[in-house]
Amino acid sequence: MKISKDDVKQVARLARLRLTEEEKEKFGKQLNQILAYVEKLNELNIENVEPTSHVVPLTNVLRKDEVKPSLSEEEALANAPERKGKYFKVPKIIE
Amino acid sequence: MQYETVIGLEVHAGLSTNSKIFCGCSTKFGASPNSQTCPVCLGLPGVLPVLNEAAVEDAIKVALALNCQVSPYSKFDRKNYYYPDLPKNYQISQNYLPVAFKGYLDVPLEKGTKRVGIDNIHLEEDAGKNIHGGGADAGESLVDLNRAGIPLIEIVTQPDMRSLEEVEKFMISLRDILLYLGVCDCCMEEGSLRFEANISLRLEGESRLGNRVEMKNLNSFKMVSKALQHEMRRQGEVLKEGGHIKAETRLWDEEKEVTSTMRSKEEAHDYRYFPEPDLSPLIIKDNWIDRVRKAMPELPRERKLRFSREYKIPEYDAQVLIADKYLADFYEDTVKLFPEAKMVSNWVMGELLRGLKERNINIEECLLPATHFANMLNMIKKGAISGRIAKDVFAEMLDTGKEAEEIVKEKGWSQMSDEDEVSRIADEIIEKNPQSVRDFQGGKEKALGFFIGQVMKVTRGKANPQLVNKLLKEKLGKLK
Repeated sequence: MKISKDDVKQVARLARLRLTEEEKEKFGKQLNQILAYVEKLNELNIENVEPTSHVVPLTNVLRKDEVKPSLSEEEALANAPERKGKYFKVPKIIE
Repeated sequence: MQYETVIGLEVHAGLSTNSKIFCGCSTKFGASPNSQTCPVCLGLPGVLPVLNEAAVEDAIKVALALNCQVSPYSKFDRKNYYYPDLPKNYQISQNYLPVAFKGYLDVPLEKGTKRVGIDNIHLEEDAGKNIHGGGADAGESLVDLNRAGIPLIEIVTQPDMRSLEEVEKFMISLRDILLYLGVCDCCMEEGSLRFEANISLRLEGESRLGNRVEMKNLNSFKMVSKALQHEMRRQGEVLKEGGHIKAETRLWDEEKEVTSTMRSKEEAHDYRYFPEPDLSPLIIKDNWIDRVRKAMPELPRERKLRFSREYKIPEYDAQVLIADKYLADFYEDTVKLFPEAKMVSNWVMGELLRGLKERNINIEECLLPATHFANMLNMIKKGAISGRIAKDVFAEMLDTGKEAEEIVKEKGWSQMSDEDEVSRIADEIIEKNPQSVRDFQGGKEKALGFFIGQVMKVTRGKANPQLVNKLLKEKLGKLK
């Protein structure tokens, strides 16, 4: 699989990253190297191997439905770049 | 050429757990903004989500009620997108191995039943709430993250529905199941039950599906109906003119009553799902399913059987009543106070449903409490009002929420049971209609009906019908 410059642009857009033309070239090359490396796995026969979604052998880590104290409003908003009253404030979303 | 409509629904139901799906914050509605958040649901770095057991059990309950297979092994995925109400920049959902799949719901229709397939049910977290306008000034939006992390189940149907009636009845049946199960309060104004609809048209007989339009922003049953109706017409017109339906997402505009294209920027979905590494897989064994099954409350279908058995009403009545949980509750509340079950069901199915339809409201919006209704039925039974007048009284009750007795007093509608007065009126009418008297004497039984009708007309329906009947028979009999 070959990553094109358009793919890099698209991925960057989805990740909200602004890249220069040189960076697009550079990351495209690096991404292709990474993929080429991972593609080595294709040489293996994995016919009877289940897809791995988790590497830790844990299942059903659950909690009881109990309410625990939340943060105070002040704590919750402490890291907000902007706030208004008790709300987080962001640039207008819908035109 | 006729077009066939093909509709599928995606239903989001907020679960009525006490705490959020991955943290211990309260799910209570209406709290002060951002007062029910913690590092987990704020998406602060380094935190670990832990799955709420009750949310899983609720999902199993719904799965069983919708005849689904519960997945023995399911897991969670990250759905990546940027929006201010989603602090982690991904939503934890189940894309690849949902908690339940392949079920169906049999939906009672006006005529017959429709089986609607369920593709899957999955667990996910809700996002926060953005506020535009209201407290927000121009150029800004405000964010409240109390809702972020509230457990949701998303129920995805097969594209099996073919008409508005099927969609409407499906929504009601599903809502009732959720209410009966007690897993969701189904309060659409608070956003705890939300619908998205996929709709396409195709020529009748065609087996391939047409391009589908996904519709969002449907916040009430009525909006779903109106938006679908509009979209059916719009697509039909485009196709009839030889046009082409674009596969897209459209938003319903409640004020203008039209759908319009969502900007393609918002529509360009690329969620880049990948497994959620912070949550372990979920294994649901048979003994867990059995335990949930044993604790299941009465579902609409069982309630219907119980209604037929307990109240000895026809199956048809039971079906009409249980088709809306609140209507069935209203019926039971009334029968507890006025135990003539069949008379109550006649009134509920007749005057009450008709009255609601005329006023375009549902039973929850209706001003009439079961106590008032039972008191009115009692007045009919005691002969204080006639069945005819009762209908007018009842209409007043629906409009004003007043007690029947008060209305009867105000309007002077109480039944005329004074034998002398009814007798006097009957005499007058007999005197004025010699031809009908001869008809009656000639053996025409119908003539009696004419006299009864005349007396009721003169008394404007207030005369006690049994009394009128008795008096007229006596009087006309004597004339023979």
